[in-house]
Amino acid sequence: MPKRTDIETILVIGSGPIVIGQAAEFDYAGTQACLSLKEEGYRVILVNSNPATIMTDTEIADKVYIEPISLEFVSRIIRKERPDAILPTLGGQTGLNMAIELDNSGILDELGIEVLGTKLDAINKAEDRELFRTLMNELDVPVPESDIIHNLEEAKAFVAQVGYPVIVRPAFTLGGTGGGICHDDKELEEIVASGLKYSPVRQCLLEKSIAGFKEIEFEVMRDSADNAIVVCSMENFDPVGIHTGDSIVVAPVQTLSDREVQMLRNVSLNIIRALGIEGGCNVQLALDPDSFNFYAIEVNPRVSRSSALASKATGYPIAKLASKIAVGLTLDEMMNPVTGQTYACFEPTIDYIVAKIPRWPFDKFESAKRNLGTQMKATGEVMSMGRTFEEAILKAVRSLETGLYHLNLKNGEDLSMEWIEKRIRRAGDERLFFIGEALRRGVTVEEIHDWSKIDFFFLNKLEKIVAYESTLKENQFDRSIARKAKRMGFADRTIAALWGTNEREVYEWRTEQGLVPVYKMVDTCAGEFESETPYFYGTYEEENESLKSGKESVIVLGSGPIRIGQGVEFDYATVHSVWAIQEAGYEAIIINNNPETVSTDFSISDKLYFEPLTIEDVMAIIDLEQPKGVIVQFGGQTAINLADALEARGVKILGTTLEDLDRAENRDKFEQTLRELGIPQPLGKTAVSAPEAAEIAHNIGYPVLVRPSYVLGGRAMEIVYNEAELLHYMENAVQASPEHPVLIDRYLTGKEIEVDAICDGENVLIPGIMEHVERAGVHSGDSIAVYPPQSLTDKQIATLADYTERLARGLNIVGLMNIQYVIADGEVYVIEVNPRSSRTVPFLSKITGIPMANIATKAILGETITDQGYPTGLLDQVSGVYVKVPVFSFAKLARVDITLGPEMKSTGEVMGKDDTFEKALYKGFIASGMEIRNHGTVLFTVSDKDKAEAAAIAARFAGIGYQLLATEGTAETFREAGLPVRTVGKIGGEGKTLIDVIQTGEAQFIINTLTKGKQPERDGFRIRRESVENGIPCMTSMDTAKAVLRVIESMTFSAEAMLPREAMPAREVHA
Amino acid sequence: MTKKRYLILEDGTVFEGEAFGAERGMVGEVVFTTSMSGYQESLTNPSNTGVILVMTYPLIGNYGVNRDDSESVDLHLGALAVREIEEQPSNFRCDETLSSFMEKRSIPGISEIDTRKLTRIIRSKGTMKGMLTEAGADVDVDTALQVLAASEMAQSLVEAVSTKRPYPSPGRGKRVAVVDYGMKHGILRELNNRGCDVLVVPHDTSAEDVLAWHPDGILLSNGPGNPEDIEEAPGFIREVLGKVPVFGINLGHELLAISCGAKTFKMRFGHHGGNHPVKDLSTGRTEITSQNHQYAVDRESLEGTGLTVTHVALNDGTVEGLAHETHAAFSVQFDPEASPGPEDANHLFDRFITLMERHNGKEIIANA
Repeated sequence: MPKRTDIETILVIGSGPIVIGQAAEFDYAGTQACLSLKEEGYRVILVNSNPATIMTDTEIADKVYIEPISLEFVSRIIRKERPDAILPTLGGQTGLNMAIELDNSGILDELGIEVLGTKLDAINKAEDRELFRTLMNELDVPVPESDIIHNLEEAKAFVAQVGYPVIVRPAFTLGGTGGGICHDDKELEEIVASGLKYSPVRQCLLEKSIAGFKEIEFEVMRDSADNAIVVCSMENFDPVGIHTGDSIVVAPVQTLSDREVQMLRNVSLNIIRALGIEGGCNVQLALDPDSFNFYAIEVNPRVSRSSALASKATGYPIAKLASKIAVGLTLDEMMNPVTGQTYACFEPTIDYIVAKIPRWPFDKFESAKRNLGTQMKATGEVMSMGRTFEEAILKAVRSLETGLYHLNLKNGEDLSMEWIEKRIRRAGDERLFFIGEALRRGVTVEEIHDWSKIDFFFLNKLEKIVAYESTLKENQFDRSIARKAKRMGFADRTIAALWGTNEREVYEWRTEQGLVPVYKMVDTCAGEFESETPYFYGTYEEENESLKSGKESVIVLGSGPIRIGQGVEFDYATVHSVWAIQEAGYEAIIINNNPETVSTDFSISDKLYFEPLTIEDVMAIIDLEQPKGVIVQFGGQTAINLADALEARGVKILGTTLEDLDRAENRDKFEQTLRELGIPQPLGKTAVSAPEAAEIAHNIGYPVLVRPSYVLGGRAMEIVYNEAELLHYMENAVQASPEHPVLIDRYLTGKEIEVDAICDGENVLIPGIMEHVERAGVHSGDSIAVYPPQSLTDKQIATLADYTERLARGLNIVGLMNIQYVIADGEVYVIEVNPRSSRTVPFLSKITGIPMANIATKAILGETITDQGYPTGLLDQVSGVYVKVPVFSFAKLARVDITLGPEMKSTGEVMGKDDTFEKALYKGFIASGMEIRNHGTVLFTVSDKDKAEAAAIAARFAGIGYQLLATEGTAETFREAGLPVRTVGKIGGEGKTLIDVIQTGEAQFIINTLTKGKQPERDGFRIRRESVENGIPCMTSMDTAKAVLRVIESMTFSAEAMLPREAMPAREVHA
Repeated sequence: MTKKRYLILEDGTVFEGEAFGAERGMVGEVVFTTSMSGYQESLTNPSNTGVILVMTYPLIGNYGVNRDDSESVDLHLGALAVREIEEQPSNFRCDETLSSFMEKRSIPGISEIDTRKLTRIIRSKGTMKGMLTEAGADVDVDTALQVLAASEMAQSLVEAVSTKRPYPSPGRGKRVAVVDYGMKHGILRELNNRGCDVLVVPHDTSAEDVLAWHPDGILLSNGPGNPEDIEEAPGFIREVLGKVPVFGINLGHELLAISCGAKTFKMRFGHHGGNHPVKDLSTGRTEITSQNHQYAVDRESLEGTGLTVTHVALNDGTVEGLAHETHAAFSVQFDPEASPGPEDANHLFDRFITLMERHNGKEIIANA
């Protein structure tokens, strides 16, 4: 069927900020959607609140709205743009929920707007548990015994029928938020309560647990002519019971005979036909390992994380084709973009094995519960391809960048067997590695199967890997043994450790022996048709298909999996760098391993290598491609960390030199540079012992910022206010020694400023300056950033520009740099310089219209900023106010403290833009998911040092009619200040405690600041967690609280009574 | 300890791998299949008689071999070439490993070779002969190439695989005679599932004998080799056409075409796999089919044969289905019985049943 001609304008709804359960895959899907609709000649309007995406670049759609995805704002855009149709199935759960909300509001009917792709009633049938179950019954597809419950009594009645364990799945939530498996009454009460809270319709599905079944997924597509295909089948390494987003997944299915595959394929296609899906869809099934019995678990009637994975695993661009299906095209009339000569209506077949491993944030959140269950906790994932399972899984392991290169843990030998067994029985992020440790100790696969229910197929493979370690050890530098090991995916590093040598030596020996990887093409058809897709993976085979072109090439290193501190922003910069390289006339080659991103879409670069970002894997590609050089500035810390080893092997790092990178990152060298440039930084010194630390702190004055020198990215960083706290930190948090000094810096309470700049070695371009709402001490990624600065003097701005230019030239920056400043007592100090692309690059690029990554890349390739036609120095401010508000995923991560501090905790960000600071902030807060009401109650519980400041804030809340609640001490201060306040009991106190207040939803905001010490700290922690679990905004910084207050004040008309006559000020009478 | 084994292609390419299955060497035509599952079905498919089958999916043997999924009792496959053979299969129905299954049936295999390279050679140069060396034997490329050049592919493949005498597979529904040119069990299963009373007859049974059994319909099965080699088929088909409904599958489809005067040709490397889109011209819908054919019907030659094209391969336009304009006869080039592969086209058996029902009706009227 040809495409629709009765529609012209289409509104695409994006997925908003990156949160756990909804990450970069929707930037990939959304970008594909917009571009493919434009390709068909439609006018595309995009709304998405996330500035860090390629999708929100103005080139991607005809009109881009970076506005909150809320009924209020999307309705306004619809009224203004009058689209003929909306496409909601490519913006994740957020997009779907928005479409349903719009439909319910009546605006779609009112304006005659059609929903493209899968219809809303089909979406409802797939998402609403009861409707889904009814449909499955009609289709004769078994579903696990289950019941929809609306309260705990109903839950208990169900358990009485089917027994434990049962799974709780809240309706309409992302990544299973609030759900889990219950083994007893206590867990049932807890999880049902949280599930009901998180379900927007206060509804949960209780399901008889079928934990232990094989979890199988089919990515399917259907068009309006009822052509339906399976794009990819996937099998979870972890049996049913762990959210598929948290499972290790392989493609295609490995342990199913064709009969089982066809049985489940038929079921999947029957389901999407019955639902009337028009586009992509994900079907999850559970298969009994001992019979043909199966159950349908879930259907996602939209493009999802799994479809991004399936697209990258097969090369088949699901989102792109789903968008075209939405406008009426059918699969049998569209070409398969990979082969270019066959049709899209076919089922990809692959000739390699794909492994996906999730990336969890537990390295950042050490206190978090590491158990995995039905609620997703991973922030991102890596994918790898190999010609054996062993190769695929080991490549995925080293793609994770967790410091592990093999199936072993760092301190593996020291672990007790009990501990290992426990960590295998109870699934957690490191289970794969604990299995490796167990096998190494001779635990049988039968035992491990008993503990984990993981299929023997996978366990046997892991055992083969572990067994081969001894073979390697006994046969050092034996070519055929080494070849076999490489074919099993062993890293040079692992082999080196077994041979008692170093990685470099193994690499050189191997290269001499001609034991180098070849690169195979991902072509959707297992070689059956000729393809020209420049999409490759490395493996140890005979024939290499990746031929070096005649053109000079530049390699860009990607940023790997999405994790806290390294999000989609770096993918944004990577993609722009690739485009700039192409514009400059070179062949752009990208290496990355994240299946969710735009950068790993094979149509972006001239060549895509889907490979781990380790020195070994990167060098192998460099050896083949012989590029002009490698760009490391855009791939975050992942790429920067490789610079050293690459240069040591003679690879040219393009842009800022390694020596200068080091000058910015090495503390002593950096200090020296600053001294030479005459730029002040907060006083600081390094200490190697506790007494020395105390002395330094005494000399520079409290509070001080302490952190170990050997840890990057803000981990274990703390602000301490007195000697007792310092000594506690020195004793507990770090072990200072001459090898591991501790850095002690004066903590300046001041405004934090962030500047991004581009330098070509000579000229410096500063697109803008951002001011943080939260004072210094909160990680820049967790702060609200504002452009332009709201409270700086012209002189301060001039100083910032001057320092930035001097730093850029002084550090010989060629490319991008990011600087954090603090302004205390009117003085500007430098805190940190990052000689690379930063989190704020997309935000600033979008606001100022300066394509920063593009200009920086061209500067790196030798074209000066002025030659590129751009001005230099600090640019004039653009009109309007723009705020970047961080978004957190605390609800998904039990036991994580939400207090903002020097360690970054946010997973994503949104942008708010408007004429005034307050309006922009309002949008930012709304887009971040906060509800802002113009009346209500605010609960205070703050530490002593913050009480005075809190009183001032409380007074303003009271002034606009908010009720005040506070705990004893805080209430006392408020009363003294003459404020009307109700006291609530502390945790464990008599009568109504603050926990009751939080749980009953009595307060709309909570303002809580960290109290040092023992018991109170734990209370504070409880309060903060309770607020998260009950979905109530909790501000842990006075500055955030003030910002919220400012917004509420601006939306509220004043409510002041007329002054009584006697209270009027005396006035002169005019004659 | 595994033994070395070589695969030498006609073009001189040598693959060094490891031996599994039987130890003997052999010569055969190298064909690749892109199905990711269903190796047991492919291995036991009589259409693959004498063939060196290359599995493009690298992990083969994952779920072992079971007693349910074979498509024939005797194995006629030439050899199997894989990237990796799994010796520790995992599946609840697994009875033995693939390599022991092959060993017992004297089928040699080669593993640890770059099957993608092999596939790409066949894709670009077309199907060619290959020689598998005896396990552990050294390779002598010159001799191997001489042997390859001298070896003729067997012509009487059908005779070798067809049943020697008729056998029934009873049911209470339509009486269907299946002419066994190398029938997959899947065909029998689909007919029996629909209640058919089936009589499987040898490839050279006379039309008279078959018609004497009073079948409601005749199914021409799949089978190995060049359809033009099966001299007894066209005459048989011409005799039964118009008397009872005829359904041709795969080789049976090619034979129906030939018997009506059309020509077949050998494809470059054929269609082998479970992901082939076929457009049903009557409904406009595209179905994903299981295919395993090296020959196809020449579209040009159909003129004047009374046959109309009903199905085409979406990707290369190959004739995938035919129907007779005046007689109750139709055929498909692909395998609607699947096993292995997608079952989308399974409904064609229903169509055959319907055709038999209608035809019966007509005859009753005619007799009245």
